[in-house]
Amino acid sequence: MSTTAVEATTGVNYLNAKYGIRSWLLTTDHKRIALLYLASITFFFLIGGAGAVLIRLHLIEPQGALLEPATYNKMFSMHGIIMVFFFLIPSIPAVMGNFLVPMMVGARDLAFPRVNLLSWYIYVAGGLFTLYAILAGGVDTGWTFYTPLSTTYANGQVMAAALGIFITGFSSILTGLNFVVTIHKMRAPGLTWFRLPLFIWAMYATSIIQILGTPVVAIAIVLVGLERLLHVGVFDPALGGDPILFQHLFWFYSHPAVYIMILPSMGVVSELVTCFSRKRIFGYSFVAFSSVAIAVISFLVWGHHMFVSGQSVYAGLVFSALSFAVAIPSAIKVFNWTATLYKGSVSYQAPMLYAMGFIGLFTMGGLTGLFLASLATDIHLHDTYFVIAHFHYIMVGGALMGYLGGLHFWWPKMTGRLYPDGWARFSALVIFIGFNLTFFPQFMLGYLGMPRRYAVYPAEFQVLNVMSSAGASILGVGYLIPLVYFIWSMRYGPVAGPNPWNAKGLEWQTPSPPPTENFEELPIVEEEAYAYGVKEAHVG
Amino acid sequence: MWYGFPIRPEQASTIAEGIDHLYYFLTAIDLFFTGIIFLTIFYFAIRYRRRSKDETPKQLEGSLPLEVAWTVVPLILVVVTFVWSSSLFIRNSRPPTAATEIFVIGKQWMWQLQHPEGVREINELHVPVGRPIKLTMTSEDVIHDFFIPAFRVKKDVIPGRYTSLWFQATKTGSYHLFCGQYCGVSHALMRGEVVVMETQDYERWLSGSQKAESMAAAGARLYEQYACITCHGTGKGPAFNDLYGSQVKLQDGKTVQADEEYLRESILVPSAKIVAGYDPIMPTFKGQLSEEQILQLLAHIKSLGATERKAAQE
Repeated sequence: MSTTAVEATTGVNYLNAKYGIRSWLLTTDHKRIALLYLASITFFFLIGGAGAVLIRLHLIEPQGALLEPATYNKMFSMHGIIMVFFFLIPSIPAVMGNFLVPMMVGARDLAFPRVNLLSWYIYVAGGLFTLYAILAGGVDTGWTFYTPLSTTYANGQVMAAALGIFITGFSSILTGLNFVVTIHKMRAPGLTWFRLPLFIWAMYATSIIQILGTPVVAIAIVLVGLERLLHVGVFDPALGGDPILFQHLFWFYSHPAVYIMILPSMGVVSELVTCFSRKRIFGYSFVAFSSVAIAVISFLVWGHHMFVSGQSVYAGLVFSALSFAVAIPSAIKVFNWTATLYKGSVSYQAPMLYAMGFIGLFTMGGLTGLFLASLATDIHLHDTYFVIAHFHYIMVGGALMGYLGGLHFWWPKMTGRLYPDGWARFSALVIFIGFNLTFFPQFMLGYLGMPRRYAVYPAEFQVLNVMSSAGASILGVGYLIPLVYFIWSMRYGPVAGPNPWNAKGLEWQTPSPPPTENFEELPIVEEEAYAYGVKEAHVG
Repeated sequence: MWYGFPIRPEQASTIAEGIDHLYYFLTAIDLFFTGIIFLTIFYFAIRYRRRSKDETPKQLEGSLPLEVAWTVVPLILVVVTFVWSSSLFIRNSRPPTAATEIFVIGKQWMWQLQHPEGVREINELHVPVGRPIKLTMTSEDVIHDFFIPAFRVKKDVIPGRYTSLWFQATKTGSYHLFCGQYCGVSHALMRGEVVVMETQDYERWLSGSQKAESMAAAGARLYEQYACITCHGTGKGPAFNDLYGSQVKLQDGKTVQADEEYLRESILVPSAKIVAGYDPIMPTFKGQLSEEQILQLLAHIKSLGATERKAAQE
């Protein structure tokens, strides 16, 4: 089996063009850099996931089953920091975006290949700082670093962790910049804006947020450092500062950051839904512009994180109205994906199951956002488990499902190998069930009034907490299965061929794995995206 | 309760039921759309499943009427929700004029609650049923958050400024008081109880409790002790009679309302806003007064205006 596999992939590709550690660490090939990112974010996902496991184990008992309160606080802080800044934000852009943006626009690489490599090194440096902060005693401020807790009162490695996030931010900015320039300047002849795959539209919207938003969180971190180390009064009222100012700066970035996580997944789902129903996307321009609309509105809703912070009634009303507005482009996307299936030829291969899981969970996550955009109900739900459940439906049910769907879709392109589809479908199902069992009870806990970030809690909340922890154990198994078969497939998986899904899109018109220069001859585009109605000219 | 399983906390305040109704409405919307999406996806996925390997389905570009429909219908629903929710919120944020004021000081990791009569409690708040209560809150260190699920009220408690919330309990009993905003190591232990009592039980409890002097009396003592009286009682500085709640003309021509925030600032940073007609001669009392003492001074100043305005109202 493996000998035939070797024969079938004798062509020189980006994986076997060069050998040795040096050839990887000094590569400027966007595809290799994507794999470097894949390895590093998987590493951070496992660390963040281990934190989640300990959190859920601890909460099985009301008095806390496992950890000291101080350790528990460090655990949820670490889980949040790692998952947000070192897994979710880079996930799809840095892995799939890096791999696919040049191929989808028909280019040989990104606009700035060396900047691309630099951004990976910056990411690693930031990650190392944060790992150091964890090993040297940890941080217990939560991933939100609210002042004056973080500047004056918290012990621990606040500055090391914050510096890690500060550094990683530059990697995010550089990646975004690279994508914007590439998408503007390097599209193949004939590839007009409205012929672009929707994944590219999503990456474009995401990049804009990364470029415009990340500097603001960097500024906030610098100010925290100035106050913590040099006692310059910015946030602490004892030094003449304003503690709420930090929340404005922080959420001005960190709310759009939610869309850095979810927009790329939406792009992935548009690719998957079309391919596995063999249909052009329903309402292309509505799906495309809704990405842009979400990116724009995302910068105007940060105040909904501060409804109970004593912000004026009028500010609350404006932020509430703008937050409700996000529901509209989100709904447009969901309806269009659903309508794409209509009269299609729907197959249930693993990537499609992940995509359907995404649509369902994102719908629930989005709709529960209405409870939090609504002022009267948010007052009660703010800072409770309802919020935890809501944003996990978006970030895990949404962003992570999309990431896994995309990984299953493009894995054959990246490695040239297929994974066992049965196992992959099984894991999609386990993750969907485990996810709902973990997070649905948390909606109920939240309305009953259980606050977030509690190491110990009143006994009446125990039943729902045990349910949630039980679900988490299923979810954990669900995530480990793909890890096993993906690694297995790299050596033993059947050879994929250039286009195993019969998909459209330029990335499928080149061998798997692709050659270093992506295309032997740069393609000329003569058709719309998702032209599934046209008969294949050549069979892959 | 739903077959013995709780789906909402107890409704123990005047606003709880209204919030729950909105919550049920949103839950219904949520279930309706989730149902539509799930069922449609399942139906399409089965009805249009791939039957042969090289099917080429007829392509559809999209449909403008459908796009308009699924833009406008959600838009109408969110506008309805926004209007309902916001009017409820505006109504709920306005404290009744006759509310009893209780002071709250949050610190790592306890709640200190001070009744106007001088009774002080830690992590326990006794209130009478059926009487509106207004809390004026501040923190001595980090941001905390005062959260009573059974009342559906929550507000951050912030160092260096005052926030407030109000409630009117409708049911006697004992309810959770949580710190909602993560505030450091023992955040989860910063909890307490709100005990709602019948009025006569409350009066009995109040008279049976150990009492310091009332907040206003303590403030009056500080007023003399810190020699505020030498200026503010002699015309060198503005007088305090009827000051609270009034409009104050400043030297730069602006006018401010004399609320808690203004009075606090004038004590701690006197040079920030100078009253028209007076010299900027007052020294700062920053670092000399505790949060509790500042609240006592405010109570004193408020008591100097309260009688006449009350009379005017009647």
